Amino acid sequence: MMVSHASRKILLKWGRWVGTFVAMSLICIPGLWIVLSSFRPNVEILSKPAVWIPENINLDHYRAIFSSDPGQGAVPVWNYFQNSMIIASTSTLIAIIIGMAGGYAFARYRFRGKNTLFLGFMLSRTVPGIALSLPLFIVYAKLGIIDTEFGMILIYVALNLPFTIWLIDGFFRQVPEELGQAAQIDGCTPWQAFWHVEFPLAKSGVASAAIFAFLTSWNEFALASQLTRSTGSKTLPVGLLDFTSEFTINWGGMCALAVIMIVPALLLTFVVQKHLVAGLTFGGVKG
Amino acid sequence: MAVVTLEKVVKRYGPLDVVHGIDLDIAHGEFVVLVGPSGCGKSTTLRMIAGLEDISDGTIRIGDRVVNDLPPRDRNVSMVFQNYALYPHMNVAENLGFSLKIANRPKDEITQRVAEAAGILGLDDLMDRLPGQLSGGQRQRVAMGRAIVRHPDVFLFDEPLSNLDAKLRTQMRTEIKKLHQKVKTTVIYVTHDQIEAMTLADRMVIMRGGQIEQVGSPMDIFHNPANLFVAQFIGSPPMNLADGVVTDAKTVRLENGMELPLTADMAGRVAAGTAVVMGIRAEEMVFEGHGDAGAQSTRVDITASLSEPLGNESLVFFEFCGREWVCRMFDPRPVEPGESLGVHLNMDRVHLFDKTTEIRL
Repeated sequence: MMVSHASRKILLKWGRWVGTFVAMSLICIPGLWIVLSSFRPNVEILSKPAVWIPENINLDHYRAIFSSDPGQGAVPVWNYFQNSMIIASTSTLIAIIIGMAGGYAFARYRFRGKNTLFLGFMLSRTVPGIALSLPLFIVYAKLGIIDTEFGMILIYVALNLPFTIWLIDGFFRQVPEELGQAAQIDGCTPWQAFWHVEFPLAKSGVASAAIFAFLTSWNEFALASQLTRSTGSKTLPVGLLDFTSEFTINWGGMCALAVIMIVPALLLTFVVQKHLVAGLTFGGVKG
Repeated sequence: MAVVTLEKVVKRYGPLDVVHGIDLDIAHGEFVVLVGPSGCGKSTTLRMIAGLEDISDGTIRIGDRVVNDLPPRDRNVSMVFQNYALYPHMNVAENLGFSLKIANRPKDEITQRVAEAAGILGLDDLMDRLPGQLSGGQRQRVAMGRAIVRHPDVFLFDEPLSNLDAKLRTQMRTEIKKLHQKVKTTVIYVTHDQIEAMTLADRMVIMRGGQIEQVGSPMDIFHNPANLFVAQFIGSPPMNLADGVVTDAKTVRLENGMELPLTADMAGRVAAGTAVVMGIRAEEMVFEGHGDAGAQSTRVDITASLSEPLGNESLVFFEFCGREWVCRMFDPRPVEPGESLGVHLNMDRVHLFDKTTEIRL
């Protein structure tokens, strides 16, 4: 049977909607389930068959983890949060500053061994983090920086730099070289040319690199779980382990802490995403 | 005073010499065009004057200062780039005023000088637009505005019209010429388009392979090309050429056996037996019944292979001495392919080039 052009169009449109819905469900349902589970009693979380529509919503798990009684399921949330925040933002800041310098250099200058260096950076990404944990543990133990915020910042800067440089390099490559040259002829020092002209145009790249770096450090578990052990340096993902004990897992508390972890990441992404609108460079050059 | 002087300027990339020690004096207020095929070093030369490329050897002076080691910002030059290089995140007014803002000029002065430049170039209605919202011609004008706002000693143009369509290019060419007459600043202009060079230049510098082939006024270069390269590069259609030998009888014997009489002047300059390339421009040949080729003319019979009517004239193509020649037919009539025609060569305007050195004799 022939399908008319108009009905095929409608079918396609519906197909797209359904496809999007399925894809988004796959991505969102686990997250939603976590949020949901953080608000309902253990009975409902663990019931079989699963209770899809919550019948009883409360803040008990949140109250418990923020309480002062470890027997109730309290964890030092505020300490973990602080550690996570300090480690993630400091490592991001450092990675961005170095990454900007590195990315700019890769995009603009010719120097000996450039391609090899770049390849080396990329190859370093192929090593799984967990494989590094034992050697790192030994080195850190010898250096005495195990279980410190400084140690974690150091490892996250190292982990994030290759990707940060790669991403920022790509954005600076999109900014035509003539713009910086025009600025220099207009009276700028190379630094002013970078700051007034090239940086504003690559800003979206720097912002995306920052988000990626922040989220990587914020969510990283494998290395942090090996290298931190006290409340003075444990991050939120490691803190989740506090809810497992020999015989039980406190799913409700774990979900509540997970929500506390997700919120700042989401907020940051919302705040920065408006800077992610690329394409500002369009129109400056060529006719 | 902004005299620009280049002395034995060399540009080297590793072992490769891109510019081979060129010398050039540019007077104050002069409009000089560097022209040549791509890869001839003209853009590199311009960028060395701007300070965007280091100078490997030699001296560049702007005014009485040696600028070899000065960064671009201290040379007081303005440059218009081929792709305009407007700052995409700034509107037209900000683009125009950027250099003054960087120089920390007072706000009033910036406003006044931006308005002045906008007035000269007719940009008043576009001040709030971003470069992305402008047409090619408008962007070009903003780029020029940005250059004049600074009151530079020298304007540098790097193929500024090559991204425009043909009509706009002609229009902007006229605007650049008018602009120069208004501001009377020294201009160094790079192009590969010889018509642009001819129409704009006070003086043309023809470059090839990192060397200067000839410097002179457009008319001088057109009528007295220094060598075969210049003769072929300048002029449209290009000069017609034929191989031959100068004979004792004060003629040039062409490859097809035809002998053309040389003028007494020319015969006196070129020794008999010299292998030459004879050149004559399409304008210096006249079809029989279509004008007068002068007293020194000589008649040749040809068979037309193609004609291109242009309205006020036609270009008639034919084969001569194994090469394709083209001749202008003034006051044209329809010419059929294969038609036999008589054409008079103005021997007074024939050029002879040494076949080996390619230098004009």
